[in-house]
Amino acid sequence: MGWNLIRLYTLLVYLFMFLPVAVVVLLSFNASQFGSFPMTGFSLRWFVELAQNEAILRAFRTSIVLGALTALISTTLGVLASLALVRYKVPGSNLISTLLIAPILVPEVVLAVALLLFLNFLSINKSFFLLLMGHVIFTLPFVILVVQARLVGIRREYEEAALSLGASPVQAFFQITLPLLAPAVFAGMLFAFTISFDDITGTLFWKPGGVETVPTQIFAMLRNSISPEINALGTVMIVMTVGLPLLGAAIARRMAAGRGA
Amino acid sequence: MSVEARERRQPWLLLSPALTAVGLLLFVPLTFIVVYSFWLRTATGADQAGFYLDNWNEALTDPFYRDILFGTLRIAAITTIACAVMGYPAAYFIARSRGNKALLLLLLMLPFWISYIIRTMSWINILGVSGAVNWLLVNLGIVSEPVQMLYNEPTVILGLVHFLLPFMVLNVYVALEGIDVSLEDAACSLGSTRWQAFREVTLPLSLPGLAAGGLLCFVLSAGTYITPLVLGGPTDAMFANLVFEAIITQLNWPLGSALSLMLLAVLGALVLVYNHYLGMAQLMKGLG
Repeated sequence: MGWNLIRLYTLLVYLFMFLPVAVVVLLSFNASQFGSFPMTGFSLRWFVELAQNEAILRAFRTSIVLGALTALISTTLGVLASLALVRYKVPGSNLISTLLIAPILVPEVVLAVALLLFLNFLSINKSFFLLLMGHVIFTLPFVILVVQARLVGIRREYEEAALSLGASPVQAFFQITLPLLAPAVFAGMLFAFTISFDDITGTLFWKPGGVETVPTQIFAMLRNSISPEINALGTVMIVMTVGLPLLGAAIARRMAAGRGA
Repeated sequence: MSVEARERRQPWLLLSPALTAVGLLLFVPLTFIVVYSFWLRTATGADQAGFYLDNWNEALTDPFYRDILFGTLRIAAITTIACAVMGYPAAYFIARSRGNKALLLLLLMLPFWISYIIRTMSWINILGVSGAVNWLLVNLGIVSEPVQMLYNEPTVILGLVHFLLPFMVLNVYVALEGIDVSLEDAACSLGSTRWQAFREVTLPLSLPGLAAGGLLCFVLSAGTYITPLVLGGPTDAMFANLVFEAIITQLNWPLGSALSLMLLAVLGALVLVYNHYLGMAQLMKGLG
């Protein structure tokens, strides 16, 4: 009896998590001009309007460039730091780990205020640069956690074997370590990109006037009323942020299978 | 340079970019706003450097700020309890299910990949005047006119629970997964009922996961200002909304600094208490 009750309860919890999101996707295909119930028919008109909305396209470009640069910088810093923490005995490594994780222990609003005011004091105004620095600092802990978890599984013997067979340290890194690291680097970049792409809490503090990312654009559109376009935009975002990791996982699996063969 | 010396120096070379970034973009700015909070915003709009207690005096004694701070902590507490009540049984089910565990786990991870703003605004489609519930109520003849169910404190809490529930389920799941199932079986074979075995063996062993999930839910909900802006009414501001107002709208940066630091102190104290009793390891398990 008890088990079936828990099963039903879990089903309800999952429904609670997914039903509202499913409704967003459903309504984005609604032919009705009000973007609300009832569904009057299936239509792609809102996606067409989306593709013609200059402001939204600009927001997409901003978000993608920002996310890509964030992923690049944050993963570079994160991989180097993780290598040091996993491969070497560093004195005080517990303290160092805590320091590197600190950006997610501080509430994001506080981080946003501190960074904004400090860089402003240095005469760096609200700008794309400030936005990028902000995104780098709060994605870095996530990258380090993910990359470190993957790194632990890569044995150092391969590298040592290459060195003992006459490779230079640089050769060993690029030909042995880096290819082995690739899945970790890839996972870190994907993670940083999605977190950056999704962020709104810090972004609203850092973004200059007139610049919008996709989440801040949605937020601004919500101020008017909920239009079917927002649902369509939501659907596109869900496809991007859910589809990308799934695709990533599939690629990683194929890469792993390829190596095994 | 000797090989040993290079071995010793290498990790620091690797660490220095990340440590520099965290230092320059987090710790120095935090120190800076501590100093800034003692400056004064003058009537002309310029900042007067110095050591003034005015901002702190206002932030700490004005009942307006105090009430909203307590209101914020109350909302965070209710959200956390709701997440625990909804999340624990679900995590238990996932951890103990034999059939489609992989699918259940994938579905559990999915919300993390779905944008926060989308998940928050999705409730407007459900509870709004032209939302699904109203459409149902009107068509069933239960109400004649659509009812406004949004823009109040309960909908803010609803939005927060929807956002944070996966964090709770994941943390409890990680803890439950680490408990040997045979412990419960052993308790049963020694004469306890299933429920007793759960209450006296499994539940206590899973408390660290519950605490980690609880801390995340509490800290993340107490620091939000987007959810009240999207799903709350004009009187549902949380403490982070005050920070946003001071910094972005009123441009009173010294006061905004003091308010930010107040929020940091309250939530930081909680993290420290947690760290003292349970350590950060459990939290990292759930995050990684």
